[in-house]
Amino acid sequence: MIPGAPRRLAGLLRKEMLQIWRDPSALAIAFVLPAALLLIFGYGVSLDARNVPVALVTQRPGALAASFTGAFAHSPFFRPRRYLTIQRAERAMAARRVEAIIWLPSDFARRAAAGGDSPIGVIVNGVDANDARLIEGYVQQLWAGWLTRQAEARGRPPPLALAVQPQVRFNPAVDSRDYLVPGLIAVIMTLTGALLTALVIAREWERGTMEALMVTRVTIREILLAKLVPYFLLGMGGMAASVMIAVFLFGVPLRGSIWVLTGASALFMLAALGMGLLISGFARNQFVAGQIAIITTFLPAFILSGFVFDINAMPAAVRLLTHIVAARYFVAILQSVFLAGDVWSVILPNALALAVMAVVFLGLARAIARKRLD
Amino acid sequence: MPERADPAPALRLEAVRHHFRLGKRAVVALDAVTAEAAAGRVTGLIGPDGAGKTTLMRLIAGLLRPQSGRIAVLGTDVAADPLAVQARLGYMPQRFGLYEDLGVAENLDLYADLQGVVPSERAARYAELLHMTGLGPFTSRMAGRLSGGMKQKLGLACTLVRPPELLLLDEPTVGVDPVSRRELWQIIDHLTRAAGMTVLFSTAYLDEAERCDHVLLLHEGRLLGQGPPGDFTAAMAGRSYRATAGIGRRHLQARLAAAPGVIDAVIQGGGVRVVTAAPAPPPMPRDITLRPVPARFEDGFVARLRERTPLAPRAAPVIAASAGAEPAGEVITVAHLTRRFGSFVAVDDVTFSVARGEIFGLLGANGAGKSTTFRMLCGLLPPTAGSLRVAGFDLRYAAAAARGRIGYMAQKFSLYGDLSVGQNLRFFASAYRLAGARRRARIAWAEAEFELARLREATARDLPLGYKQRLALACALMHEPDILFLDEPTSGVDPLARREFWRRITELAERGVTVLVTTHFMEEAEYCDRLVIMAQGRVLAAGEPEAIKAAARSPALPDPTMEDAFIAVIGKAA
Repeated sequence: MIPGAPRRLAGLLRKEMLQIWRDPSALAIAFVLPAALLLIFGYGVSLDARNVPVALVTQRPGALAASFTGAFAHSPFFRPRRYLTIQRAERAMAARRVEAIIWLPSDFARRAAAGGDSPIGVIVNGVDANDARLIEGYVQQLWAGWLTRQAEARGRPPPLALAVQPQVRFNPAVDSRDYLVPGLIAVIMTLTGALLTALVIAREWERGTMEALMVTRVTIREILLAKLVPYFLLGMGGMAASVMIAVFLFGVPLRGSIWVLTGASALFMLAALGMGLLISGFARNQFVAGQIAIITTFLPAFILSGFVFDINAMPAAVRLLTHIVAARYFVAILQSVFLAGDVWSVILPNALALAVMAVVFLGLARAIARKRLD
Repeated sequence: MPERADPAPALRLEAVRHHFRLGKRAVVALDAVTAEAAAGRVTGLIGPDGAGKTTLMRLIAGLLRPQSGRIAVLGTDVAADPLAVQARLGYMPQRFGLYEDLGVAENLDLYADLQGVVPSERAARYAELLHMTGLGPFTSRMAGRLSGGMKQKLGLACTLVRPPELLLLDEPTVGVDPVSRRELWQIIDHLTRAAGMTVLFSTAYLDEAERCDHVLLLHEGRLLGQGPPGDFTAAMAGRSYRATAGIGRRHLQARLAAAPGVIDAVIQGGGVRVVTAAPAPPPMPRDITLRPVPARFEDGFVARLRERTPLAPRAAPVIAASAGAEPAGEVITVAHLTRRFGSFVAVDDVTFSVARGEIFGLLGANGAGKSTTFRMLCGLLPPTAGSLRVAGFDLRYAAAAARGRIGYMAQKFSLYGDLSVGQNLRFFASAYRLAGARRRARIAWAEAEFELARLREATARDLPLGYKQRLALACALMHEPDILFLDEPTSGVDPLARREFWRRITELAERGVTVLVTTHFMEEAEYCDRLVIMAQGRVLAAGEPEAIKAAARSPALPDPTMEDAFIAVIGKAA
C-alpha cells in the first residue's frame, strides 16, 4: 500500500462524479437505456393473444347464432369478422387475415335449442404453435361460458363437463406482462451494468487518459474501486427507475419487501459491473467493449435466464450453461419478489449464487488488470 | 551555461529489445538499444513515426516490459519496481492525458491527488504552474475547450504538479502552433536549468534536435547515433551548400539531385540546399553557384540514412525547362469562404486562388481551419457563405463533376488496411470508374512509378509508413486528376520518404497538375509556390514563401525562417 491512498481514491471518485454529471452518456446508459428497453419490450412483447382476428362462418343466421357471435364480439381476445361460406373464410386464413375460423353448421340452432351437444367447427392456424394453443383454449372457454349461460337462461343445469373451474395462483389475471416485466428488468440491467463499467474504461483508453493515470502512484485496485463505486450507485438508480416503471406504469404488483429487492439488486449489480470490468480488461475501445457487452451479457440473459424461455424445457447441456448466467438467478428472485412475495426458499439460494458470481467476476477483473499496456 | 557536475545518469538503457505480435508476425519495435540520459539535461529522442519512440517511453514509464535488456531509472530497475519508479517520474503521453470534461483546475486537482500533493502545498504550486504556462486566466475553462497549445501546457502542468525527477514528454509539439512550441521549449529550459530536472523529449521534428543537450537518433527501432546535436552537425562540416542559378528552383533541384557527389538537394527559399557526400564542393556546371552554409541536424540524419539506402540513380530531370512558365488560368477560386458549426466559426472569410500547375499551401496548426477548408473544396462539406470554384465548376451545384477532376489524399493515408497493395490499387481504379485497358495501364503505371510491384501481395496495414504514403498517392493519382489535394501528406514520415514524396509532387506540378497541400510543417512551406498562413479560421498572410519570410525580417532576425515568419504573423494579428 503506497501512502496517500485515501486521497487518491477521493480524487478519482470526485473526477468520476464530475464526468458522470457533465457527460450525459453514463446517465443515458443508466436511465434512458433501461427505460427505453422496458417500454419497448413491455408494450411490444406479450405472450397473450389479444384482438385475434377470427372468421365467423354462420351458414344459417338466426337468433341463437347471433347470440353466439355476439359473445365473440364482446370478448377482449377476439376481433370477429363475418363470412358466409367456409371457402371464403379459408381463403382469408391462407392470407393470414384471420388466425382461426369458427364455423357454425346449418343445424347449429336446432341442436343448441334441443339442449344436446351442438358441435361447432374450429380451425386454428398452427404456424405459431404457441398462439394456436392459446386461441384454442380461449375458444373453448368462450364456448363453455356461452353454453353455461344458455343453460341457465333455460333453467337447466350447466353441462357436466364444464364444472371444472381452473384456478390460477400468483398471477390471477394470467397477464403475461406481470410475469415478463420483472424478468425484463433483470435482462436489461445485465446490459446496463456491463456497459457502464466497460464503456467508461474503454473511453479512458481511447482518450489516452488511462495511460496517464497508470504512470501516477495510483494502484490498480484504486482505479477499479473508483470505477465500481460511482457506477454501482448509478446502476442502482437505474434499477430503482425500472422498478417504478414496472409498478406504476405497467401496474405489476410488488408483493415482496423493498429490502429484499434492494439487497438482491445490489448483489446482481455487483456481478454485472464486475462483468463490465472484466470486459474492459480486453476491450480498449468503446465499440469493441459495447459489442462484447451485448454478446456476452444481453443475449445470454435474454435466452438463457428463463425470463421467457423455460429453463426446464432446455436440453441438459444448455441447462448447465444457464448456471453461469447471472440474470438467471436474478430473474428467479425478481419474479418471486414481484409476483409471490419474499419466498425465502427461492431468494436465498439465488442470492447466494449472485454473491458467488459477483465475487468471481470482480476477482477475475482484478486478477487480469495490470498497470501495464501489454 | 553554468558548469555542472555530471552525476550518475538519470536513465540507463542496456540492450533493450521489444517486439509486438501482430497476428502471426512479430514486429520489432526496439532492437538492442543501449543509451543513457544525463541528469539535469534535455535528452532528445528523435526519429520519424514508427521509429520506436513511444514504445521506448512506455518501457521507461513501466507501462510495457521489455523482452530483454534492462532499464534503470534513477538507479532503480523499472521491471523490478515499477511503482517506485512511477513515483519519481512524470509522463505526458501523446494526447496529454487530460480529462476534457474537467476544468483546468479540476484536472490539476486530480493529478495533485494522484501524485500525493498535500492541500497545503497546492496553492503555491498551482500559482507557479499557472504562471509558467500562462493558464492563470482559464482555470475554470473545460480542458476540451482549450486550444492545442493550451492543452499541451495543461498536460505539462498536470505532470509537473509534483515536480518529478525525470520528465518524459512523448511528442508534445506535434500539430501544435509554433508559438506554443517555442513557449514549451522555454518552460523545458527553465525546468532543467533552474530546477535540475531531467527531461526526455521525443519528437519527429528534426529541427528540435538542436535544442536538446543530447540526442538519441532512432530509426526503425535502432539507435542510429547518439551524442550532443553539435556532434551530428560537426560531422557534416563543409558538406552543406546553398546553390543558386538562373533557372527555376525546381528545375535546379532536379538537376542537383541527379548530380554525382550530391546526397541531398531540397528547395529552400529561392535556391536549393545541397548536402554533398564528401566535405568538398562537387564539380558543378558553371551556371550553378555554390555557397557554403552551416550544417543542420537533418543533414546528419539524411547522410546516415543515405549510407543505408543510397540515392537511386534516376534519369536526369524529365522537366522541360519551359513547362509551367506559361501563365495559366485560375483553377481554384475561393472567395469569402465561411463555415460555421453552430456558434463556432471554423473558417472565416477566406479568399485565395490557385493557378494551373501551382503548388499552393495552407499552413497552420491543428484547429486552424485547414481541414475544414479542404473538405469544402472537395465538395464534402457545404460552405455557410462564400463561393468556391474548382476546375471551372461551382461546387454548390456540380460537386460530383468537380470531384472527377480531383485526386485526394487524406490525412493518415486512408487505405484499406486489410487489403493488399494490389487490391487497394484495383479498388481505387474501379472507384474512379477505370476499366479495361486503361485500368490495366494505370495500375501498371502505379506499380512501376511507385516501386510497388514487388509489394503487390503485401497487406497495406503492414507497410512501412513511407510506402503507405506512396500507395496513397498512387491511389489518388489513379484517374490522372489535374488537381491534387494533399492533407498533411508527410506527417511523421522519415526525411528520405518526405524528399521522395516532394520530388514526385514537384514533377507533377511541372506537368501542369495543380497541387493544394495542407501542412503544419513549417519547412514544407518552402516547397510551395505560394501559401496562406491560417490561424483560428482566418488567413493571416498570403504570398510567396520568400515574401512572407521577408516581411518578418528585422535587425534582430536578418534571415528569418518560415517559423519565425509564422510567429511574427500571429503576433501581428493578436
